[in-house]
Amino acid sequence: MNAGPLFELALRMGDNALILGQRVSAWCGHAPVLEEDIAMANVGLDLIGQAKLWLTLAGEVEGAGRDADALAFLRDSRDFRNVLLVEQPNGDYGRTLMRQFLFDAWHLPILKGLRQSGEARVADIAGKCAKEAAYHLDRSSDLVIRLGDGTAESRARMQAALDFLFPFVAEMTAADAIDDEIAAAGLGPRLADITREFSDTVAAVSAAATLALPSAPARTVAGPWRGKAGRHTEEFGRLLAEMQWMQRAYPGVSW
Amino acid sequence: MTNEWPLWEVFIRGQHGQSHRHVGSLHAPDAEMAIKNARDVYTRRNEGVSIWVVKAADIVASAPGDKEALFEPSNAKVYRHPTFYDIPDEVGRM
Repeated sequence: MNAGPLFELALRMGDNALILGQRVSAWCGHAPVLEEDIAMANVGLDLIGQAKLWLTLAGEVEGAGRDADALAFLRDSRDFRNVLLVEQPNGDYGRTLMRQFLFDAWHLPILKGLRQSGEARVADIAGKCAKEAAYHLDRSSDLVIRLGDGTAESRARMQAALDFLFPFVAEMTAADAIDDEIAAAGLGPRLADITREFSDTVAAVSAAATLALPSAPARTVAGPWRGKAGRHTEEFGRLLAEMQWMQRAYPGVSW
Repeated sequence: MTNEWPLWEVFIRGQHGQSHRHVGSLHAPDAEMAIKNARDVYTRRNEGVSIWVVKAADIVASAPGDKEALFEPSNAKVYRHPTFYDIPDEVGRM
């Protein structure tokens, strides 16, 4: 499945938002406090709204008659282009917040880059999403700092979350052939250009949170295990099963 | 629960020119998070342009038992109520 760099770009952005939105929405009704429950559900809804914009664009570009719903609910694991970070299970609330922070710290700079896209539809969507992403990053970095620099218990949980999740960052900052194609076509930024802002944010927030950044390359999840190339982790199948079962069981159902 | 976060009262200004209105309350560990939580809990439908939060414990309230002494005397002075004027619609909210 390669319908050109614009299609791939829209799928990558849309799938990241869709899958993280799906993960985050599982907290609805279960978050530790009421205020967090609502805030987290808001983030999930923002992301699913963004996914709809990107996947609608992907469907238009592909020109095969697939809309955002068809792309979200009727593709199989190998056809999803989200990075591995966003599909990682929620774990405890600390891990959920750390995953959110690492994603937001990457999401905002890439959206800012995409606002300069030579493709007007991309720039337009990125402009809308960047405002939400800025708030998401504000919130998640604040909570990571509070919990990292909190009690011994909360600090241990945040450090464990960072240690677990950090290896998945590798594929987000290392460009593959399609990332290069996207940049060469003027559709989006080079990943190398946004990596500095991402790394600076992660370093600053970890330091303020009194957390130690793991040495990334030692346990890097690069190579064949790249979500953006369609190779996902085991848990992803279960996520898709839950997300897609209704459209699979009752094709075309709507309400 | 003994370590529950303090309660904050939330006030939102709906539009420029209006005053802040009390919309509800929430729990938060400090003022900064109270503002963030208020944004998520009370402005999800684009309700406001400004948020105030104040610790519920810092609000000094009149005692319900003092109601008569405080409010009854003015009720009897009908000439203080500007109810004899017709206010044109164009004036809007006063």
